[in-house]
Amino acid sequence: MIEGLAHLLRRMGARVINSIWRLGMASRFLALTLMYSGTSFHRFHLVIKEIFNAGVLSLIIILVSGLFVGMVLGLQGYETLQTYGSEEALGVLVALSLVRELGPVVAALLFASRAGSAITAEIGLMKATEQLSALEMMALDPIARVIAPRFWGAVISMPLLAAMFSAMGVFGGYLVGVVLLGVDEGAFWSQMQAAVDFREDIVNGVIKSAVFGVAVTLIALFEGYDAPPTAEGVSRATTRTVVTSSLSILALDFVLTSFMFRGE
Amino acid sequence: MSMKRSTLDLWVGVFVAAGLASLLFLAFKVGSMGNFDARSTYTIKAEFANIGGLKVRAPVKSAGVVVGRVADIQFNTETYEAEVLMKIDKRYQFPKDSSAAIMTSGLLGEQYIALEAGGDDQMLAEGESLKITQGAVVLENLIGQFLYSKAEEGKDSSANPAQ
Repeated sequence: MIEGLAHLLRRMGARVINSIWRLGMASRFLALTLMYSGTSFHRFHLVIKEIFNAGVLSLIIILVSGLFVGMVLGLQGYETLQTYGSEEALGVLVALSLVRELGPVVAALLFASRAGSAITAEIGLMKATEQLSALEMMALDPIARVIAPRFWGAVISMPLLAAMFSAMGVFGGYLVGVVLLGVDEGAFWSQMQAAVDFREDIVNGVIKSAVFGVAVTLIALFEGYDAPPTAEGVSRATTRTVVTSSLSILALDFVLTSFMFRGE
Repeated sequence: MSMKRSTLDLWVGVFVAAGLASLLFLAFKVGSMGNFDARSTYTIKAEFANIGGLKVRAPVKSAGVVVGRVADIQFNTETYEAEVLMKIDKRYQFPKDSSAAIMTSGLLGEQYIALEAGGDDQMLAEGESLKITQGAVVLENLIGQFLYSKAEEGKDSSANPAQ
């Protein structure tokens, strides 16, 4: 009985220690990445290549999802607002939900599963096939040469992708609300402009997406770098990247929202 | 996957340009940047006995047109009244004896400040206060007054049954 309890506690303790250890390693990893970022800006084409991999290749999924999320918001919002005779407020509803929450959060979730998983798999495989060691043998630091450019490429791409998602969403809401359901176009835009504040809503949304970008990229890079150099290890690390970064995005979103939008 | 450097640069350039264009679209078409905040404003003050549910950034309207926004709300410990700072668009000047009232848009809508222009030759300058103000109507007080006046009416009619 006591033995069983001790075993349980020991396992719990080991898990906690392990996760704290990993968090510490990830922080050191981030510090190293930032320290060795000089090369990426010296040889900016390395970053440009990673912006292509992380950003341009995620474009289609981001734009199409944004459009559909906006169209669904338009349909659902119209249904509800119509019962109160205030369907002109549709623009406000669509724009605020997208700019404040859905844009940064959904774009980051898609980004984690599209670009984050690719980064983990790539780095994990580079490690498993000893390409990272080969770089070290050539006196090239793998963090400066492989990790830092990927970090900056993804961190630069994320806010841009979130902005495109929101813009596409507003356009989708406009298509459904104004073109399809006949909400007054003037009221749609003017009420939206009156309610959406540049500093409070748009800048905060961009800050959110930048924070999510850093979190997703760091998790993806660290999981790849830390993956056991086997086929199974890489596959597990890729799964962990998607799960951990999605959970972190949602948790961070709650924390950021509670700081940014406190009533008023 | 190898791609020519120039093609790669082109794609990334298009991507960054599209991202920045979306940000501009959000700032100018979705948000109100350049609509009001960027214009120069002047600040005026008004004290109200009760501001009801007035909030910072609530609109200040005159004749129904938005001419400014509430910048700050504080409690004045000397007069025990609410001190409201308003930022008014420089294009709109108001006479010194203008009055302010807190109104509600619609039955349950948000509250705003209605400015009523006076007849003075002198215009309000930066930092000056409005003298004539009318606070928010508190629904509970209104109901109380109504019940009270009804009770008074009832008393009157029972005192003179001839009427």
